[in-house]
Amino acid sequence: MSSRPELQAPPEIFYDDTEARKYTSSSRIAEIQTKLSERALELLALPDDGVPRLLLDIGCGSGLSGETITENGHQWIGLDISQSMLNVALEKEVEGDLLLGDMGQGLGLRPGVIDGAISISAVQWLCNADKSSHEPRLRLKAFFGSLYRCLARGARAVLQVYPENLAQRELILSYAMRAGFAGGVVVDFPHSTKSRKEYLVLTCGPPSLSTTIPNGKGEDGESCSDDESSGDEENQTVCISDRHRPRKKQKINKRGKAREWVLRKKEQMRRKGNVVPPDTKYTARKRKSRF
Amino acid sequence: MRLLTHNMLSSNIKGVTNGFPLRIEVEKVVEKQVEINHDFLRNIFPKIDWKAFFDASRVMGYAELPEEAPEPLVLESDLEFLRKFHHALLELHLEEGALVCPETGRKFPVNKGIPNMLLHEDEV
Repeated sequence: MSSRPELQAPPEIFYDDTEARKYTSSSRIAEIQTKLSERALELLALPDDGVPRLLLDIGCGSGLSGETITENGHQWIGLDISQSMLNVALEKEVEGDLLLGDMGQGLGLRPGVIDGAISISAVQWLCNADKSSHEPRLRLKAFFGSLYRCLARGARAVLQVYPENLAQRELILSYAMRAGFAGGVVVDFPHSTKSRKEYLVLTCGPPSLSTTIPNGKGEDGESCSDDESSGDEENQTVCISDRHRPRKKQKINKRGKAREWVLRKKEQMRRKGNVVPPDTKYTARKRKSRF
Repeated sequence: MRLLTHNMLSSNIKGVTNGFPLRIEVEKVVEKQVEINHDFLRNIFPKIDWKAFFDASRVMGYAELPEEAPEPLVLESDLEFLRKFHHALLELHLEEGALVCPETGRKFPVNKGIPNMLLHEDEV
């Protein structure tokens, strides 16, 4: 498995022109980013009144997530540290305004002006100390502090992250809480190593009905609750589930691939979120020898 | 960069007490037409710092805005005002120029419409 981008170089160097190109040419990347953005917008739970809002796209990069925001009818301001990625966004003539900046230096926005913020695959970059003067904690503090201030009362921030490990996730969460945010983590497809996605859903202002955190997606894309929840305070559910790695070695019956094994495997695939034909009386039926 | 964004931006330099609003230095302004949305304008109006917005529109070469912020009720009916508001907020783009911190005078260059807000090591 290739190394994490965060371990290879600081973001403004990693996302150079070559890497940025991938974000235009790779349909797979585009598809994933679009899906993540749509899910993040969903979790933002903006009122369904048809009124366009002003949103912030943190780590907007090539503008893929921004385009999703535009498609949903909202205005947005995007921030990114990589000029190469922003150049791609310029080529695409995105509707939002772009800022070249470092989120770890603080967002530099006036208090209470933003109706919602999303971030796709960006915030975990704060956890790396790329320069000697970079202390990740100070950067996390500056980021979350300025984010909390610029959000309007009752607004949400949804940050899709790829934390390296549990410690990083805890670090990010703790600085979010310290800044005054309430909220928790929503995990989609917690059982799949490939499809698993984490969203920090953070709310500003007093706890209310609007701050209840939705459940993550699981089997067949339906909502399911996570296996472990820790620190259950009023409206501060932090659900953290450890990855359940599917058992790599299945006991294979000496008689070959029996029906029970097939059914078990199909169930496993469903839990991962794959499309699986339904189980019928024909499942794992012995076929004629010519098959 | 549109005036909508300019109205939200503040100087983030260490030690600066009031970094808003950033002064605009114009080198190139471009006008891009965009469909008007009355709901958005009514929603964003309370958040706009009118004085900063008015001054900025003047610098960008647009003189149609009233100096005094109108009553919110005006937005319900005055379509002419809404059109001017929309034009100044969303259709004027600063392509080349700079944003200047009001306290330190530090310039944040604007290239291809993107302001460079990256702070130097000693400004953080």
